[in-house]
Amino acid sequence: MVSDWETVIGLEVHVQLATRSKIFSGASTRFGAEPNTQACAVDLAMPGTLPVLNREAVHMAVKFGVAIGADIARVSVFDRKNYFYPDLPKGYQISQLDYPIVGRGEVEVALPDGSSKRIGITRAHLEEDAGKSLHEDFHGLTGIDLNRAGTPLLEIVSEPEIRSAQEAVAYLKQIHSIIRYLGISDGNMAEGSMRCDINLSLRRPGDEKFGTRCEIKNVNSFRFVDKAIETERERQADILEHGGSVKQETRLYDAERNETRSMRSKEVAHDYRYFPEPDLLPVHVSEELIESIRAGLPELPAQKVQRFRTQFGLGAYDAAQLAASRELAEYFEAAATGAGDAKTTANWVLSELLARINRDGLEISACPVAAASLGTLIARIQDGTISGKIAKTVFEAMWAGEGEPDAIIATKGLRQMADSGAIEQLVDDALAANAGQVEQYRATPADKRQRMFGFFVGQVMKASQGKANPQQVNDLLRNRLDGE
Amino acid sequence: MTISENDLARVAELARIRLDPATVTEVTRRIGNILGMIDRMQAVDTSAVTPMAHPLDTVQRLRPDEVTEPNRRDDFLAIAPVSEAGLYLVPRVID
Repeated sequence: MVSDWETVIGLEVHVQLATRSKIFSGASTRFGAEPNTQACAVDLAMPGTLPVLNREAVHMAVKFGVAIGADIARVSVFDRKNYFYPDLPKGYQISQLDYPIVGRGEVEVALPDGSSKRIGITRAHLEEDAGKSLHEDFHGLTGIDLNRAGTPLLEIVSEPEIRSAQEAVAYLKQIHSIIRYLGISDGNMAEGSMRCDINLSLRRPGDEKFGTRCEIKNVNSFRFVDKAIETERERQADILEHGGSVKQETRLYDAERNETRSMRSKEVAHDYRYFPEPDLLPVHVSEELIESIRAGLPELPAQKVQRFRTQFGLGAYDAAQLAASRELAEYFEAAATGAGDAKTTANWVLSELLARINRDGLEISACPVAAASLGTLIARIQDGTISGKIAKTVFEAMWAGEGEPDAIIATKGLRQMADSGAIEQLVDDALAANAGQVEQYRATPADKRQRMFGFFVGQVMKASQGKANPQQVNDLLRNRLDGE
Repeated sequence: MTISENDLARVAELARIRLDPATVTEVTRRIGNILGMIDRMQAVDTSAVTPMAHPLDTVQRLRPDEVTEPNRRDDFLAIAPVSEAGLYLVPRVID
C-alpha cells in the first residue's frame, strides 16, 4: 500500500536569468544562435581571461529574494565547484556554496482544493550554466556547443516541505509565476530557462527522520515533474514494502517509458572540492540597493490573488488561476473594467477565452480578441442586449476577426427581442401550434410539469432564433399556462 | 592530519593529474609537510576573527549588462584539435 508512506520532496529549481549578456562575460545569451557563435574567450576558459560579474544578474537575484521575503546577504561569495566534463571548459563551475546571495524565504502556493500552503525556501544562489553536449554521432565523437556556457542561473533550493506531486507542481508554478512577474526570466521550460531537480524520499507518517533520498535530475516540464514524482514514489514504496532499502543515487526521468533510472555514472562519487573563487571578490549588496529594488517591485501573484478576492469577490482558485500570469491578470482586469461585472468576466476569461487560447496554442499577448472588446461583449449581456448563449456566437465571430461586438450584433441581427408585444405573439403562436401539448400540460399535476414547461420555452426560443429574452419568455409562458 | 598514498592517488585522479609512480612517496611526504603546517595554524584561536573570503580587502566591481563580445567562432575553432559544423568535437563522454 503506497498510501502508508509519506512522501518528502525538496526541489532545486534552476532559473535562467534574462540578462542580455553572460554572468561573467560580455557574450550574448540570445537563445537559438548558431553553435559557438556566442562563446567568447572568457566562456572558453582561454588562458589569461578573468570573470567580471554582471550587475544585472546580481540585481535580479536580489529582486527574487526581496519578492519572497528572504534575507539578502550583504556579502556573498563565489566558489569553484570542480568537475571535469567537456561542456565545462574551465574544469569548474563558478557557483556559491557557503555564502549565497539569497537566504531563507518562503512562498505560499494555492492548491486545487482551494487551500494554500507555505513552502520554505532554504536559499537561492547565483551560478553559471554549462555548455551543451550533442551526442549524435560525429564519427564516434561528441559535439560541444558552448553558447550556453556562462549563462546566469539562479538556483532556488526549497526546504523538504513538499508532500505530493500536486504540491510540487503548485510550488513550481508559483516560482514560475514570480520570476515572470519580476521579469527576471522568461521561464520557458521547453527552452531550458527553468529546470528542476527533485529530491524524494519516503518515511512512515509520524516519523521524524527522513528516509534515504534519490535525486531526479533535470526534469523540464510541469507534467514530467508530476509523473516523475509519482513513478519514483511508487518505485521506492515497492522497494520498502518488500523489505529492501533505497540506495541514495542520482536518477534520470525517462518520459517515454515513464520511469526513473539510475545514472550509471562511471565517475568517482562526486567530490566537488569547493573552494572560494580567487578571481572574484566578495559581492556587497547595499541597504540602498535592496530598498530601491523593493520600492520598484510590481504587485506580486500572491498580492494580486488577495486583491482579486477582496475587490472582485472571486474564489481563491479562480483568483489564483487569473493571477498565475501577469499578462492574463492584466487582460482580466481590463476586460472586467469594461464589462462592469468582474465575476462574469472571470468566468468568461477562464472558460471561453482560455479554452481557445489553449486550443490555438497562443500566448495571451497574441489573443485576437482585445480585453476591452470582451468587456463590451459582457456588458451587452448585462444590459440585456443579448443573451449569454448568443454572446458565445458573437465571441466566436470576434475570435475569427469579424470585428467589435456591437457591429457583429448589428450585422448579424442578434439583438435580443426587447419588444414584449412581439414575444407575446411568438408565445401565443407556439401555444396555438401545440394545442395538444397544452392540454396534456394542464392535465399534469403541477409538480410534474417542469419538463413539459421546458418544451414550450424551447419552441418559443427556436421561433425567435434565440433572440427572445429567456426570462421574458419564461414569465409569459408561466402566465399563459399556469395563470388560467 | 596525515595523507596516505591512496588519498594522494584519489586527489590526483579527481584533479586529472598524472603522478609518476616513482615520485608518489616523495610527493606524499611533501604534501604531508604542508598539511602539518596547516595543522599548526589550526591551533591559533580564531574565534574572534571574521572569516575572509579573499585576501584583497575590497569589493567586487560589477559590469553593466551589455553584449560587448563579437562572434569569433572561426578564430577559436581554428585552434581546436577537431571541429565540425561549428562544434568542438571531443572524445565520446556518455555510455
